[in-house]
Amino acid sequence: MSGEPKGKLALYWAASCGGCEIAVLAINEKILDVDALFDIVFWPVAVDAKVHDVEKMADGSIDVCLFNGGIRTSEQEYMARLLRKKSKVLVAFGSCAHEGCIPGLANATNRRGVFQTAYHETPSTENPEGVEPQPKTQVAEGTLHLPVFYDTVRTLDQTVSVDYYLPGCPPEADRIWDAITAIVGNTLPPPGSVIGAETTVCEECPRKRNEKKVKKFYRTWEIIPDEETCLLEQGLLCCGIATRAGCGARCPQVGSPCIGCYGPNEGAHDHGARMMAALSSMIDSTDPEEIDRIIRDGIPDPVGTFYRFGLAASHLRRAKTADGNGSLAKK
Amino acid sequence: MITSDEELRIGVYVCHCGSNIAGAIDVEALTKFAEQLPHVALARHYKYMCADPGQELVKRDIVEFGLNRIVVAACSPNLHEPTFRRAAEDAGLNRFLVQIANIREQVAWVTEDKQEALEKAEAHLAAAVRRVAQHEPLQRQFVRIVPRAMVVGGGIAGIQAALTLADAGREVILVEREPSIGGHMAMFDKTFPTLDCAACILTPKMTAVKLHSNIKMLTYSTVESVEGSVGNFRVKVRRKPRYIDENLCVGCMQCIDGCVFTKAKFPNAFDQGLGLRKPVWIPFPQAVPPVPVVDPEVCLQITRGKCKQGCVEACGERNAFRFDQQEKIEEYEVGAIIVATGFQAFDPSVIPYYGYGKYPNVYTSLEVERLLNAGGPTGGKLVLRDGSTPKRVGIVHCVGSRDANYHVYCSRVCCMYALKLAHLVREKTDAEVYNCYIDIRAPGKGFEEFYNRVQNEGVRFIRGKVADVTPVAGQGTTAEGGLVMQVDDTLLGKIRQINVDMVILAVALEPRADANEVRREFGISCSAEGFFLEKHPKLAPVNTANDGVLLAGACQAAKDIPDTVAQADAAAAKALMLIDAGQIELEPNTAWVDEKMCSGCKTCIALCPYQAIRADEERKIAVIDQALCKGCGTCVAACPSGAAKQHLFADQQVNEELEGLMNYV
Amino acid sequence: MSDETFKPKIVAFLCNWCSYTASDLAGTARIKYSPRVRIIRVMCSGRVDPSFVLKAFALGADGVLVAGCHPGDCHYIEQNYKTMRRDVMLRYFLEQMGIEPGRLRLVWASAAEGQYLAESINTFVADVRTLGPLNWSDVLHDGVRREEAFEEIAAEHAEAMEVQP
Repeated sequence: MSGEPKGKLALYWAASCGGCEIAVLAINEKILDVDALFDIVFWPVAVDAKVHDVEKMADGSIDVCLFNGGIRTSEQEYMARLLRKKSKVLVAFGSCAHEGCIPGLANATNRRGVFQTAYHETPSTENPEGVEPQPKTQVAEGTLHLPVFYDTVRTLDQTVSVDYYLPGCPPEADRIWDAITAIVGNTLPPPGSVIGAETTVCEECPRKRNEKKVKKFYRTWEIIPDEETCLLEQGLLCCGIATRAGCGARCPQVGSPCIGCYGPNEGAHDHGARMMAALSSMIDSTDPEEIDRIIRDGIPDPVGTFYRFGLAASHLRRAKTADGNGSLAKK
Repeated sequence: MITSDEELRIGVYVCHCGSNIAGAIDVEALTKFAEQLPHVALARHYKYMCADPGQELVKRDIVEFGLNRIVVAACSPNLHEPTFRRAAEDAGLNRFLVQIANIREQVAWVTEDKQEALEKAEAHLAAAVRRVAQHEPLQRQFVRIVPRAMVVGGGIAGIQAALTLADAGREVILVEREPSIGGHMAMFDKTFPTLDCAACILTPKMTAVKLHSNIKMLTYSTVESVEGSVGNFRVKVRRKPRYIDENLCVGCMQCIDGCVFTKAKFPNAFDQGLGLRKPVWIPFPQAVPPVPVVDPEVCLQITRGKCKQGCVEACGERNAFRFDQQEKIEEYEVGAIIVATGFQAFDPSVIPYYGYGKYPNVYTSLEVERLLNAGGPTGGKLVLRDGSTPKRVGIVHCVGSRDANYHVYCSRVCCMYALKLAHLVREKTDAEVYNCYIDIRAPGKGFEEFYNRVQNEGVRFIRGKVADVTPVAGQGTTAEGGLVMQVDDTLLGKIRQINVDMVILAVALEPRADANEVRREFGISCSAEGFFLEKHPKLAPVNTANDGVLLAGACQAAKDIPDTVAQADAAAAKALMLIDAGQIELEPNTAWVDEKMCSGCKTCIALCPYQAIRADEERKIAVIDQALCKGCGTCVAACPSGAAKQHLFADQQVNEELEGLMNYV
Repeated sequence: MSDETFKPKIVAFLCNWCSYTASDLAGTARIKYSPRVRIIRVMCSGRVDPSFVLKAFALGADGVLVAGCHPGDCHYIEQNYKTMRRDVMLRYFLEQMGIEPGRLRLVWASAAEGQYLAESINTFVADVRTLGPLNWSDVLHDGVRREEAFEEIAAEHAEAMEVQP
């Protein structure tokens, strides 16, 4: 921060659910401290400022922009580039901006597949004429425009350069406050860093851990886990071993396996690969057929299990889809 | 330590390896390619990088041009990585800042097309350059070596190795599965080509083993498990009960006479089943230790719990019998292990057309060795099953050897022992002897001379493979029945039928039936035919892929006694070298845990077969013992938090190598 | 698909003690095999992190070969069983990602099996040739023209700016 009395803060929401916006408010009364420190120059969900207001700002005039959401449409890409240009510090806020998150899981299919499901196949859809959104629609008054819907969701840093990352779906209030404190106190780590822990969820998990050898994987509804022991050792697909700490191990503490929303640990690039590497190593069998059975029986959806949050940021980023139908390549 | 990219100065050296590489890859083009790679300060090509001038070139450039990373594109790192690491170190550069691009074994020698070869070499070179940029200096680490060796197998190989080590003043533990040491050599009558009496030259060595204060001899014992690694092996030895206290027995053998079985009625395996023994027995008269052993399968006291115990009575006040002896496991710590477990004779009953097992007078060579041996079942008389002396004897060469159906390899000793047997048969019986051979292989010292001598003694030689052995028509398969060998005489160019009354099959030497389990226990490999695999067929013939485990004798390949003894001494020298070094360098590529990243999830703990990873419960982290870690990197690949890392195989090092490979594919 | 001009890009991870030694042996014996395979040496096939395999595909590999000692023969006792498990897991995952599991191959080759390793490499190259190119960068290309779409939006906004007071 310069010597100015108040910094300029922007928040934006791209391909995400909106939970991150609420998470900002989850810092409760501290939002008043934020207000005392910053002028909020752009926050469509809460403040009435228009895009052209931002366009008119001088480059680099926003001190900090908290950007949540991945990049799914041309409009989101435009906003990402615009806010990058206007901001001194751009923070990928939350799992979607950081690693694609649930919207990014749609990279298992493509635009066609998403439209097919959303506009035709879901049970609640009533669309006898088969209407789908079009980028351009001619009406009497002229041409209506919609942003172009991409095949692949990208993370924020696959679109523009990002200074900091705040992981989590959504980020925990305390971690948000940590980040704000770091920004204000000028104690930020080197640019490019993830603001958060450098270890994984087990660090914060009180469950007892022993040797990890698994003969069968279970889904959550199949067993009632013992209250003391590590969930993974009981065969539940807990992603805590591979997931960055910071949440306080909320889920495993209440008997629900970690689903991995904080993304991979520091230095690890492919969250799912870390999970697959660890899980397959601990399977207690030396017979390929039995191994295959253990995996297929216990993990019906490996992409959804291991890449629920990190598919868009993974090495492969997306699935290869069969042309035209957009459906997942299936056996 | 280099901290930023700008300071990187990589030197690249492309080796011609004479024409080995330069003949298949355009080394100048490769050098030019290297010059334009990021951070490459200089690139050179040279005729023989591994030769002194090549190494000098590297050393000089490091000093003169301030190189801080070295890439050598040459032969396999398994050959000269240590050479160039040392050269770098000599010039003051940390030895681990060197990377080898294997462009000889993996490119030049396996690629037909020169352009393809160049492209592949470029990829491997680019990968090495990107990789070496990620290397960090490492400290070499050492551990103490237990100053004691174990020799497994008490045949001539094991005996020789044990004596050599013991005479050099080192402690040796000799493990032998049979009740006596001596192995196959103890079964033989004479040895080729000098015709020394086997017992005369072997028994003094056997006795020396027993008397040597540096040798602890564990007979009737097998290796149960081997843990640890070079310098610090922990070997568990299973000691079978003899039911006789070795320390109390004086070897008078009166118990054998005293046994309630007045007649020997059980086959003596040492005599190939041709002789019989009692429940309390000794394999052969010169056995070492000269302590009988009780067969628990047939001893009445052990099987039924009651017997008059004539043996115990005969033992008298020596009181050496211990019918309550139990099998026990003893653990020994040793620094090196010499595996000298020998061979087994090929069982020819699987070849139907030679009639072994069907026609009583078809013998294996080893059976005939016992018949000829004065200590054998016939007291050294060569007789047929009915007790008569053979008049015409046929010897079939290459039984199980040089035969695509059994063993493709040549067993190396059969020609010579067949000649020896021919000589001995003639000497003892004056029988006609027919040697049917494919070709006579007599390439050792004095071998050809011996062949000439046997020829001059009137032994007949027929060049051709024996097609079958059948009884003379009408005589059936009775013990006295004559046999007909049908052989394609390739010199006469016709099929001959030769009437004989004894056929000796010169059987192959083959890996022991349990060689596969044994090698697993010792962490070594087998070559295709099943013998234990040496580290290098020419340059490391007694070493194995498992450091500290050495090979001697016929467990490595079929060989004769002189070669076995020479190899045993070589193995002993290697063991001595290890032990006398006092310490050994640890693998540099060990795994380690970044403590702040580790959450103590314990995924890795069970993955380590060496128990090198321990959970520190207090700090909630995993800790890897650098002395126990063998550096496989499995825990690193499995670590879900990315906290486990491997020296020399760090993620970013492999990833950079991958990027290099893919960029230039 | 057997396009003659298709030159598959294949990465092979070979373990130091068995398969890398086998590849050295293939060299010593002058056994020629497809040059389309580029080799990375690891101490044990157990070091092959699934992320290496995925990264190789992402970087444009058409196939990835992992070779280790025969089961039960691992220089590190049993670590190749972990490789076996990861292979099963990865193939299952690749299938769901629309990558033919046949693009990942696990080969067990002892230090003595130079000939066998060379043959296995050739077989794999032929099989990958049949599968055709994977070209992952193409998979990442959007069906819609991203750049064009972005330019259009930018132009609209610029237009809107002009009519602003």
